[in-house]
Amino acid sequence: MAPAIVVSDLRKSYGRIEALRGISFEVAVGEVFGLLGPNGAGKTTTVEILEGYRARDGGTASVLGHDPGTSPKALRERIGVVLQQSEPSPLLTVRETHRLFAGYYSSPRDVDEVIALVGLTEKRDARVKSLSGGQKRRLDLGVALVGNPELVFLDEPTTGFDPAARRAAWNMIRALRSLGTTILLTTHYLDEAQQLADRVAVLRDGEIVREGTPSELIGDSGVTQIRYRRDGESVVVETTEPTRALSELTTAALDAGHELEHLEVRRPTLEDVYLELVGEEPETLE
Amino acid sequence: MTVLVHQLRFEQMTFWRSREAAVFIFVFPLLLYALLGSVYGDEIDGIPAEDVLLVGLFGYGAATTAFGGLAITLVIRREAGALKRLRATPLPPPVYLLAVLLSTLTTFALQSVALLALGGLGFGASMPRNWLGFAGAVVLGVASFAGLGFGAASLIRSAEGVSAVVNVVILPMAFLSGSFGPTTDFPAALQAIADVLPLTYFLDIVYGVYLGGDSLSADPKALAIVIAWGLAGLVVALRRFGWTPRER
Ligand SMILES: Nc1ncnc2c1ncn2[C@@H]1O[C@H](COP(=O)(O)OP(=O)(O)OP(=O)(O)O)[C@@H](O)[C@H]1O
Ligand SMILES: [Mg+2]
Repeated sequence: MAPAIVVSDLRKSYGRIEALRGISFEVAVGEVFGLLGPNGAGKTTTVEILEGYRARDGGTASVLGHDPGTSPKALRERIGVVLQQSEPSPLLTVRETHRLFAGYYSSPRDVDEVIALVGLTEKRDARVKSLSGGQKRRLDLGVALVGNPELVFLDEPTTGFDPAARRAAWNMIRALRSLGTTILLTTHYLDEAQQLADRVAVLRDGEIVREGTPSELIGDSGVTQIRYRRDGESVVVETTEPTRALSELTTAALDAGHELEHLEVRRPTLEDVYLELVGEEPETLE
Repeated sequence: MTVLVHQLRFEQMTFWRSREAAVFIFVFPLLLYALLGSVYGDEIDGIPAEDVLLVGLFGYGAATTAFGGLAITLVIRREAGALKRLRATPLPPPVYLLAVLLSTLTTFALQSVALLALGGLGFGASMPRNWLGFAGAVVLGVASFAGLGFGAASLIRSAEGVSAVVNVVILPMAFLSGSFGPTTDFPAALQAIADVLPLTYFLDIVYGVYLGGDSLSADPKALAIVIAWGLAGLVVALRRFGWTPRER
């Protein structure tokens, strides 16, 4: 099957700011793809080019076989969008808002089913203005799903959520994935990418600095850290040959007759890899 | 077609639920008519005061409903990101704008009926001599002031600014154009301003169809000026209107 999204050498500048410096990636049908990166990395720019909001300066992009630059109606029928910032009409109820949007599509989902999927059944007849921030975000998601899209764009879907609401949102996204929907989501949160995404691209200053499954990203570095304390100072040894390094270290310590306090051997977490990739040193490394 | 009706239904539903808008746009002109009708004597320039004021408040109503209402609605929705969100749906933008326009027309048609009922039953005002011309004036007023409202929405940047701008424009305009009573005693400078305002000419046209039984096009110069103002607003909108938030 052809991929849902194909992006090749995508470029975008705002005046002198080069927001995207030629990025390429593919998203397969049914896949959850995470764009991970710090503020200003170019996540929203990428997503909004693919949604048809912004014009690209260079490269090619194909979304469900269409050029998003022309934003054809046939494409808008098949995608769902959650923007980073938008407020639906405060005066309509949750159900009315879903019905309003359902009316724009040729084969919408059942409105009550969607409301149940995003967990707003109890708030069905409440006016939008009475919803909490997290509930409004769920409404955004429901409205994005009501047209029965094959592909959904979620720009920071859980920013501002409390931990329980985030977990609920993750479950919603997993439920969506199990229905076969392709999802492109952006996030600042590593654990979110790790939890949800089949594949992740790490974006930094408009460039993809790493791409792969979450475990590949960690595995990639192949480095193991050995930590211990010596005279009250913490020591970190990074090595690609942990067996040998540890053996040498312990032998030397035994010979000298002193203890390796707080001895610890561990693989870097995704967090360490991520911070390294986006250029913020996790800790002083030996 | 079905989606146009669908959108129009929701536009009307939203409008009547918004108390502030419904009061400011729908009730206020009626209230002013009742107030001014009780203040003025029997005649203004030899014409029954209740008739002159009814025409005046009809024009004021067209300006608040179409110019004010449309500008406020569009700017608030744009800044909330709601217009941007719509662009990602299959709803064609022209259909959306047409639905918003038809909703404005519906509101103003209802307001006109309410004004005629209030004038006729409460103050003994006469009814339009040319009904067809009067109906045409309802459409003309909405079209022209909606053009201006659309243009204003394209220039005003913030949701906070829009209601201030709208009020600062509409009230003096209505006052100078004679919506609230005769302007014959106004100083020449103020009358010179009134001479370029669209509401002045719109009121001339409505006086013609309402009191004189003239056709809508009896005064081609006035008609041309009213249409030109609407088109000017539309031209600004075509060049400057955006669907994405201006602030941020
Ligand atoms: N409309 C715009 N005009 C000018 N510069 C812009 C515009 N949109 C984005 N930029 C700039 O382009 C760069 C990328 O922005 P973008 O919004 O794509 O980042 P992001 O990864 O979504 O960030 P965040 O995590 O903060 O949402 C930033 O330097 C930003 O300042
Ligand atoms: Mg962003």
